[in-house]
Amino acid sequence: MTTATAFEKARVDGRAALVGYLPAGYPDVRGGIDALKVLVDAGCDVIEIGLPYSDPVMDGPTIQAAAQAALEGGVRTADVLRTVEAVAATGTPTLVMTYWNPVEKYGVERFAADLAGAGGAGLITPDLTPDFAPEWIAAADAHELDKVFLVAPSSTEERIAMTTAACRGFVYATAVMGVTGARTSTSDLAGPLVARTKAATDLPVGVGLGVSNGDQAAEIAAYADGVIVGSAFVRTLLDHADDRAAGLRALAALTEDLAGGVRRA
Amino acid sequence: MTTEVQRTTSYDADEQGWFGGAGEGFGGRFMPEALIAALDELTVAWQDAMADPAFVHDFDTILREYAGLPSPLFHAQRLSDRVGCRVLLKREDLNHTGAHKIRNVLGQALLTKRMGKTRVIAETGAGQHGVASATAAAYFGLDCTVYMGSVDTRRQALNVARMNLLGAKVVPVDSGSATLKDAINEAMRDWVASVDHTAYLFGTAAGPHPFPSLVRDFTRGIGDEARAQCLERYGVLPDAIAACVGGGSNAIGLFTAFLDDADVAIYGFEPGGDGVDTPRHAATIWAGDRGVLHGARTYVLQDEDGQTVESHSISAGLDYPGVGPQHAHLAATGRASYLPVTDDEAMQALALLSRTEGIIPAIESAHAVAGALKVAEQLAAEKGPEATVLINLSGRGDKDMGTAIEYFGLGDPEKVTEDPVG
Repeated sequence: MTTATAFEKARVDGRAALVGYLPAGYPDVRGGIDALKVLVDAGCDVIEIGLPYSDPVMDGPTIQAAAQAALEGGVRTADVLRTVEAVAATGTPTLVMTYWNPVEKYGVERFAADLAGAGGAGLITPDLTPDFAPEWIAAADAHELDKVFLVAPSSTEERIAMTTAACRGFVYATAVMGVTGARTSTSDLAGPLVARTKAATDLPVGVGLGVSNGDQAAEIAAYADGVIVGSAFVRTLLDHADDRAAGLRALAALTEDLAGGVRRA
Repeated sequence: MTTEVQRTTSYDADEQGWFGGAGEGFGGRFMPEALIAALDELTVAWQDAMADPAFVHDFDTILREYAGLPSPLFHAQRLSDRVGCRVLLKREDLNHTGAHKIRNVLGQALLTKRMGKTRVIAETGAGQHGVASATAAAYFGLDCTVYMGSVDTRRQALNVARMNLLGAKVVPVDSGSATLKDAINEAMRDWVASVDHTAYLFGTAAGPHPFPSLVRDFTRGIGDEARAQCLERYGVLPDAIAACVGGGSNAIGLFTAFLDDADVAIYGFEPGGDGVDTPRHAATIWAGDRGVLHGARTYVLQDEDGQTVESHSISAGLDYPGVGPQHAHLAATGRASYLPVTDDEAMQALALLSRTEGIIPAIESAHAVAGALKVAEQLAAEKGPEATVLINLSGRGDKDMGTAIEYFGLGDPEKVTEDPVG
């Protein structure tokens, strides 16, 4: 299934899609794959796999901690692609979320080819905007991969138009001015941003940054096509570092709560 | 003091911040979309300010009356005798707060006031840029938060105290390697959330556009002054100029005025640590490869997966795994030569300058002295005593006495009579 199809299916069901994020390699490569499969089984419609990076400027402490642990555990770019292959085999569209340097170092064309070969759907690029992405855009188009760029509350109409025109799959709307991390209340910046984005494109718009429970998911699902959850999943794994089985159970419960949320908007 | 200066060079960035074009060039802006509007706003404000005679006048006045500029160009006679040609030192060590960095922070803080923002943030490694930022914030009445790796807050407790005394809040950063690069990451995270009222005083001529060009504009007075001073006094341009390069703000500040003087050889000296044949160094241009770090394409010390590798230098101010993109461009085009200087060579030069001229340089600047003296000996052999080498003495060594005590065993009665220069 493509990312576009997954969003379309949710739309036909009259609900938002649930997009779940976890970094590859945490607690280790095998454990990361197990956790991502739990997200799939418990109700995520689209999966984002984080590529752990040494200098993650857009991430708050939760995702930083897991990514750092994954790097200290020796996770490599090849392990991320291996994780993609295992998760994509479930049939759920699987994207990689990555800072730009690891892709550039791997080779942009080579990364696109290997990602496509692993069954990956595309890339979400938090520190790469379309005006600096000609090489990635060309490689993604050649391999029919999704290009998910971000829009922010501070984006001008002009930039929203430029960004959405370059996207394929969906558009990632960052709901808050700030880094990743679960927040107790949803942002009042998200609604207007989604409206401005939808005015510029027919692509589905996913909202991320800060969602941690079903009620928040329901709030966002009322106006967005997708609800993106990352730090809350990562936090669940970090909190159960001593007992993986319990961590996976908690992860399933949280996913089910969120999947319920996107269905009751 | 910057009248009749050529504002542009053949090595400037284009509108997107590319040095040498988007394909093969360096720089650009690899940043989260959330910060693009702020970087655009900063770009417009900086360009307007640089074209506004009132801003330029205010900046010059503050530099002169508050920071003690222009700094003298000093003929180091005994050093000259030793190498056989004329050695000139641009005395940035005499500036307020002890280094060239005061130029950058006063420029950026003045711009912050002009933009109507009330708070500044900064990253710092050894603490010099943090102290300079805290100083500028105090001068202009701005709130100031400085991010500093927790490894560095312990190593540089005196500078933490200075920043506190100046009214700044110092936030220790524990993430990653808990050093300068992680302090930059944390400052960027702050900025994403605070950008409506906060300016990021970037400490070096690196990062996303417009910082490499903006920081250069505020530090280029070093070279503008030195070029005029040299011409006025000797009637000729130097044969060679030299500076140390970490991120590269003092170097680009010196180089800019000379970039289109084709007969002036330009040297940047990188921190070679234990040696560039070991993993413990920070010689980014010499040993790194193309990549993206902190918002710019440049040379980066990285592993085969593109993860940033921890750098090492005895000089905390040069201990950075990236380098300003204009330096990458100057290296790629061959306009400037970048060579490594080891910890040991730098420390020997520090001792030499102390003994021969009565000037204790910052260890950063000692890298420039060590490298430039080799160049001077070559030039003396080729051109004789009239050859001229101009070195940017970017900072003073007071902050480095702890390192010097440990390195030379100073204060140890067994060693106190030994000449560290040998």
